[in-house]
Amino acid sequence: MKSGSNLEKVFVNGHFAVTSELGPPKGNDVSVIKRKVDFLRGYVDAVNVTDNQTAIVRMSSIATSAIAVQMGIEPIMQMVTRDRNRIAMQSDLFGATALGIKNIICLTGDHHTFGNQVNAKNVHDLDSIQLINMVKTMRDEKTLMGGEEKIEGDIDMFIGGAANPFADPFEFRALRTAKKAAAGVDFIQTQCIYDMERFKEWMKMIRDLGVHEKIHIMAGITPLKSAGMARYMAKNVAGITIPDALIDRMAKAAKGSDEGIKICIEQIQEVKEIEGVHGVHIMAIEWEHMIGKITEMAGLLPRPKVE
Amino acid sequence: MIKAEQKPFEEILEYLAPYNKILLSGCGACVTVCHAGGEKDGALLASALRMARQKIGKPLEIIESTPARQCEPEFAQELADTVGQVQAVLSVSCGVGVQTLARNFPATQIFPGVNTLFMGETVAHGVWEERCQACGDCILEKTAGICPIARCAKQLLNGPCGGSSNGKCEIKRETDCAWQLIFDRSKALGQLHRLTEIIPAKQWGVQSRDSGPRRIVREDLKV
Repeated sequence: MKSGSNLEKVFVNGHFAVTSELGPPKGNDVSVIKRKVDFLRGYVDAVNVTDNQTAIVRMSSIATSAIAVQMGIEPIMQMVTRDRNRIAMQSDLFGATALGIKNIICLTGDHHTFGNQVNAKNVHDLDSIQLINMVKTMRDEKTLMGGEEKIEGDIDMFIGGAANPFADPFEFRALRTAKKAAAGVDFIQTQCIYDMERFKEWMKMIRDLGVHEKIHIMAGITPLKSAGMARYMAKNVAGITIPDALIDRMAKAAKGSDEGIKICIEQIQEVKEIEGVHGVHIMAIEWEHMIGKITEMAGLLPRPKVE
Repeated sequence: MIKAEQKPFEEILEYLAPYNKILLSGCGACVTVCHAGGEKDGALLASALRMARQKIGKPLEIIESTPARQCEPEFAQELADTVGQVQAVLSVSCGVGVQTLARNFPATQIFPGVNTLFMGETVAHGVWEERCQACGDCILEKTAGICPIARCAKQLLNGPCGGSSNGKCEIKRETDCAWQLIFDRSKALGQLHRLTEIIPAKQWGVQSRDSGPRRIVREDLKV
């Protein structure tokens, strides 16, 4: 065991893992976290706590993750390189592990100009691959970055990363995931999958590189709420492709939200059959209360109890 | 070369409001090439300033001069006599040139007439793009001659972020994604295997840009 986290144990025991997402409040209102945790508890193996997603200022991922631990749900702390240099990140890793956080996702983060602090000075001291490698060094070599200074204690983190099979250049996408595996990632969550054919093609490239045998790949699923949402995402979110057929299906449905859930269940069942996919990451953006229904309908309940 | 563009005219007028005799100093090097502050563009600015001040009944006398390179002390010194005759200097050189004048003429107020933007390349007539951030630790040999520090909005060293789409960056959609360019050129050169190598974290520390002003000393060139 690298971290002893629940998520790691679920993978090690050969179960199909389920994770979801928890966006921290835009302030210090702990009741927001409690409400979301109550929606998710028992339905997922661990929950991603986002780190100022879309560069909007929110409660820190580390604090929210620590509160989640207290509320009895396992967090996956997201950490972006946008806002911190290597000194701050290593310091936060000491703090996070001391607070009982056992999973991390290493990301570059959305560009600060997308958020509400457009005139901020960005950092980008490291990129996500260098961050992955830094956490692995801290965990496995028990030293700080650079390899000289010993750490007092153990940084037992299960290390995650992200992959976007739908951004360009497509041929580089599997290679970049292979680089994350080489840098020390234990699992990968993908961007939301709507173009299933392209996802399958990417997974084939992953298998050809043998990456699926080294790390756990989790397929990213986001239920569509309406045809309007599908059209908006297809047009405005770089790196997301939504086939026209899917948008048409949403548009023709009697109730868009019901159809979105139905599509989501079908997608989960489809990715479960793909060789090398070891779990799903369900990103129900501000729709956390649907996670129970989705996981139940997809036959993912009860979640395994692992030791 | 260094690229710059003229500051907003109203802002320049405001700097010069208290004065009635100034030197407008251009530079014959980089800013001439990017049409921000050479002899010709300096003359146009001087005319516009004279007219604007004439209009409000506060005429401004402007002496124009364009040293070959304002950032070299010997050229800056050519301005010494003129500087002695004016109340202030408007320099339409890059920020380096402004500081050379400030160092050489400590008793005189020097105003910047341009915003210095970046080190860039002329990609077409009238179009300049950033190419180098002088990080002091060049990795162009690893990235097919295309710099991700200067050309990727996130300075990623190990491949494109999830926002690269149809060859463009998600931050400015008219901008080429640096990693798409690196990928395409590496592929064309038969060097794709180089991109599987993990590029380690950059050494921004004592030798690089984050340790205050850097200095080059060539003992062999000292006199």
